[in-house]
Amino acid sequence: MTKLLLSGNEAAAHGAYEAGVHVAAAYPGTPSTEILETIAKFPEVDAEWSPNEKVAFEVALGAAIAGARAMVSMKHVGLNVAADPFFSASYTGVNGGLVVITADDPGMHSSQNEQDNRRYGKFAKVPVIEPSDPQEVYEFIQKAFDISEEFDTPVLFRLTTRISHTKGVVVASGERKEVPVKPYKKDIEKYVIIPSHARKRHYVVEERTEKLREFANRTELNRIEWRDTDLGIITDSVAYQYAREVFPNASILKLGLVWPFPVELAREFRDKVKRLYVIEELEPFIEEELRFYGIHVDVGKDKVPMIEELTPSRVRVALTGVELPHPEPQKSVIRPPALCPGCPHTGVFFNLAKLRAHVTGDIGCYTLGVLPPLSAMDTTICMGASVGNAFGFEKAQGKKFAKKTVGVIGDSTFLHNGITGLIDIVYNKGISTIVILDNRTTAMTGHQPHPATGKTAKGEETQSIDFEKLVRAIGINHVTKVDPHDLKATYKALKNAMEAEEPAVVIAERACALLPEERKAAAKRPKKYIDAEACRGDKCHLCLRLGCPAIGVDENLKAKIDPLLCVGCELCIQTCPFDAIHPEEVK
Amino acid sequence: MESKNIIISGVGGQGIILASELLALVAMEEGYDVKKSEVHGMSQRGGSVVSHVRIGDKVYSPLIEEGTADAILAFEKAEALRWIHYLHPESGVVIVNDLEIVPTMVAIGLDTYPEDVEGAISSIASKYHIVDGLKYAREAGNERTVNVVLLGVLSTYLPFSEETWLSVIERRVPRAIEENKKAFLLGRGISSK
Repeated sequence: MTKLLLSGNEAAAHGAYEAGVHVAAAYPGTPSTEILETIAKFPEVDAEWSPNEKVAFEVALGAAIAGARAMVSMKHVGLNVAADPFFSASYTGVNGGLVVITADDPGMHSSQNEQDNRRYGKFAKVPVIEPSDPQEVYEFIQKAFDISEEFDTPVLFRLTTRISHTKGVVVASGERKEVPVKPYKKDIEKYVIIPSHARKRHYVVEERTEKLREFANRTELNRIEWRDTDLGIITDSVAYQYAREVFPNASILKLGLVWPFPVELAREFRDKVKRLYVIEELEPFIEEELRFYGIHVDVGKDKVPMIEELTPSRVRVALTGVELPHPEPQKSVIRPPALCPGCPHTGVFFNLAKLRAHVTGDIGCYTLGVLPPLSAMDTTICMGASVGNAFGFEKAQGKKFAKKTVGVIGDSTFLHNGITGLIDIVYNKGISTIVILDNRTTAMTGHQPHPATGKTAKGEETQSIDFEKLVRAIGINHVTKVDPHDLKATYKALKNAMEAEEPAVVIAERACALLPEERKAAAKRPKKYIDAEACRGDKCHLCLRLGCPAIGVDENLKAKIDPLLCVGCELCIQTCPFDAIHPEEVK
Repeated sequence: MESKNIIISGVGGQGIILASELLALVAMEEGYDVKKSEVHGMSQRGGSVVSHVRIGDKVYSPLIEEGTADAILAFEKAEALRWIHYLHPESGVVIVNDLEIVPTMVAIGLDTYPEDVEGAISSIASKYHIVDGLKYAREAGNERTVNVVLLGVLSTYLPFSEETWLSVIERRVPRAIEENKKAFLLGRGISSK
């Protein structure tokens, strides 16, 4: 046994590795990304970044049907993308164990909603396992594989940001249990879910749920901690930790297998405590189960907030009305994330703002183009939506409006779910313009490779998709490739594409400024300096419209460049009409 | 040991995550339970970043409650103010790097930078240090060691041995190991003056 300091995500990878997982697939998404990154380091595991979560799920399910232990991981909204195979997998069941990890994001630190994916488990009739800290992640995921095989079902393993991104002490064996890949057996009544088979399978699913419900009452994943019985608390996930902080003397029924709900265990607990609180993050999932089965709840979502993540302070205030003494909060400063100095997206958004374009946006770093001063985005919905949204704008407002509209989408996002939208524009005779912001990586989640980077999750060389050839093959004839650090060329490419009477694609290609090679190149480039004599200050401030974090103002409101942040990209030089920015200091 | 709650805050890219990692490892190697929590992703791109580190015989919540932080270690002045309500009103200590990073929002006139940060901190915290981290980092031979200088200051408030600190730095800092060790010792020397 060794003691490691692991995040919940790392613990999931270590646990799955030790459980003998053979195949792992994922699409990056905060807060789930490090699961696949960690497991890819184990040579025994076949780990891949898939183009999207649906493909990742189908690869893992195929591997499980063919006898391997398989795992697929994604952020909560990724399960929306993979929902189709997820629901079918509930009916087919598995052969080798299949664990589906969803990393939810209460508080929306890095997401567009705070959907509670426990509901997906109940919806698809798949058991839901929830650990409450990294040690439990490590232990529970090994049990999840056993449960998957014992009950012939996928298992939904739910993490949240505060589980995934909390590091804690994990005592791990470090030893892999070798589980041989089971023999493959063709079984069309199980795996080909045509209606006549699916009808039979639905009966199997309901029988399985009853067996799992009975199992939920006796599994060690669910446990009662008896302390004072004046107050009993039913809780799960990280909310358990907050309950322990705020009510150290209360008895607790801690749920690790939260669905199917352990009805008898909950009744036994309820009968022995005077008052019952339910403390859970987001939806009243446990509370609804209790109420459905007629188990009286004294306090639940009437007091515990349903919006945003819980904290120990929020639980304390909600349930005791007492706030611990603390200093008054002080006014700090707004400091949202911003596009980095030298970011290739800056050149595109600077020009889109100049063109006063309607911009349908997408999911990635470039969503930050919405913030001032760039302020160049009208919609952001979900992965790939920019393309369909742009076409919808065209349909609603006509061709003239379409010539003022562009959809912007990153390289990884385009491959994830943008291609089909582009096919639609061509097929249905649109003239929309789509900009592929090709920064040669999946930047937002920390530089994972994708199918156009020529590298796999294991770091091996592979085929690389050529965006220009790809969009031409779909039927786009107006294709322009441009370097977004060349502001004039980018402006021209965008304007021509927008004015074209046909669908057009602009590929704005330049590697992310944070990639190691780019950082090295930046270190060699001279920093830029403002000649305060030449700078017109607040009469101009054109360079400030880039939103570059390196550019600020001095006490006379003249532009000032922070040499510690500047990467020498020269975007600001191109914006300056007064030749006031130079690659050396003016003394 | 009484449990310890430490907030480490700053601006994305300042080495906050590495600092909290070193602290958590030192605590673990000294035999304590530890949890640390921070948010990745969107918040990294030059935005405000905070890490909660909790150390004790047994730690439950990964998040610190408002009013219970034993120390706030801030790598930027406004980022000390942002979390100041987490400080224990009687016994909390604030260690802040003497640096102002003015965000674009201020440059384009959408917000103002807080004026008297030191005054605000001194009126709230009974103990505080304003540390010229860059000066000591340069003295240590590497400007990127500011985070470790500040950890050195923090270390004087924690019951962990110098040997454990130096050994963890040696094993977990990716580069400039000697400079980081020197930076730590310089920081550790500051508060004893």
